[in-house]
Amino acid sequence: MENLINIFVRSIFIDNMIFAYFLGMCSYLAVSKTVKTSTGLGIAVIFVMLITVPVNYLLNRFVLLPGALQWLDESFASLDLSFLSFIMFIAVIASIVQLVEMVVEKYSPALYNSLGIFLPLIAVNCAIMGGSLFMQQREYETLGEATVFGLGSGVGWFLAIISIAAIRERLKYSDIPKPLRGLGISFILTGLMGIAFMTFMGIKL
Amino acid sequence: MSDVKEKEPWFSTKNIELLTGPLNSKNPITVLVLGICSALAVTVKLEPAIVMAISVTVVTAFSNLIISLIRNTIPSRIRIIVQLVVIAALVILVDEVLKAYVYDVSKQLSVFVGLIITNCIVMGRLEAFALGNKPWPAFLDGIGNGLGYGLILVVLAFFRELLGSGTIFGYRVIPESFYYSNGGMYENNGLMILPPMALILVGLIIWIQRGRNRKLIEE
Repeated sequence: MENLINIFVRSIFIDNMIFAYFLGMCSYLAVSKTVKTSTGLGIAVIFVMLITVPVNYLLNRFVLLPGALQWLDESFASLDLSFLSFIMFIAVIASIVQLVEMVVEKYSPALYNSLGIFLPLIAVNCAIMGGSLFMQQREYETLGEATVFGLGSGVGWFLAIISIAAIRERLKYSDIPKPLRGLGISFILTGLMGIAFMTFMGIKL
Repeated sequence: MSDVKEKEPWFSTKNIELLTGPLNSKNPITVLVLGICSALAVTVKLEPAIVMAISVTVVTAFSNLIISLIRNTIPSRIRIIVQLVVIAALVILVDEVLKAYVYDVSKQLSVFVGLIITNCIVMGRLEAFALGNKPWPAFLDGIGNGLGYGLILVVLAFFRELLGSGTIFGYRVIPESFYYSNGGMYENNGLMILPPMALILVGLIIWIQRGRNRKLIEE
């Protein structure tokens, strides 16, 4: 249990997808103009992460790792399919995103319209793919750990996008040098927020 | 292909434009905001940055070429999946080549090679250019965008490595005797090695670029 909480806190604050690894920056910069849409996108990301990371964990554990197919037949023990992981992960992610899109369209058309093109683009959101790849690279032991990691990374991304959106809503009233407006200042702000998040470094529960 | 009536020279002005545009006024990172995702974490040192830039250029160029060759046969409803499969196959190839020839760098790049698949530049160029253009211009467009991305990466990595570690390509540029510990007055800027500094540097690059090219300024 302690271990799970540790992974959760780490993935939100210390290994934050945006501030530590810059993953998912494209939609992060493009959608963060108002708090409302960024909340919607953030929730969609949490949801997709929460499903894809455990699914990819099972896929990795029982299909892709060297000797993982042993449960099927003894003769597969020497098989190593790990070179297929990119293509398998992205296929899982793309299909789950498609599902989420259908669910959102059905139950919340308003959110669906405001997210627009960015919902299908979650499929190519690096944070989602990154979550699965980090899960594989860090070799989480159990399904629980992988799930908690997926949830934590999603929550971290959510926090990052709503905080930048809130700041950008305020930015309208400030006097920024012209060439720096828009994109430039958002980059610098993200950098400063990243430095602030670094104060969490070394926290261990 | 029936539409090859007027024969265009291979390096016509329009095609050269495709190559050089992304280096400045159509830069994928600073103007189109594409492909920042996997880029900035690899710019602490020059060597991985250059390897990353080359990998991305190869993937963009060849995925553009392949998609452009088969663009008339792809049903538009499943084009995203087709594109992802092409990109993923190319990235797997690049990954295996890197593991075989530059193993150390490949270890440093870790998951970021895999993340080329979800690099918005690749997808963005496929959607915006390759699906509507002939193979040769699409190939050039891919190379141009890869280079435009690589340019930013290399500039960032140059400053971060120089100021952060005092080296370039791992060779010492700032002599040991300048350092405080050896009786000098100089100290490395530790901030440069930290991830957030990459973002601030990109912000500054955008500032400089837009200051020089006023057309790019946002309202």
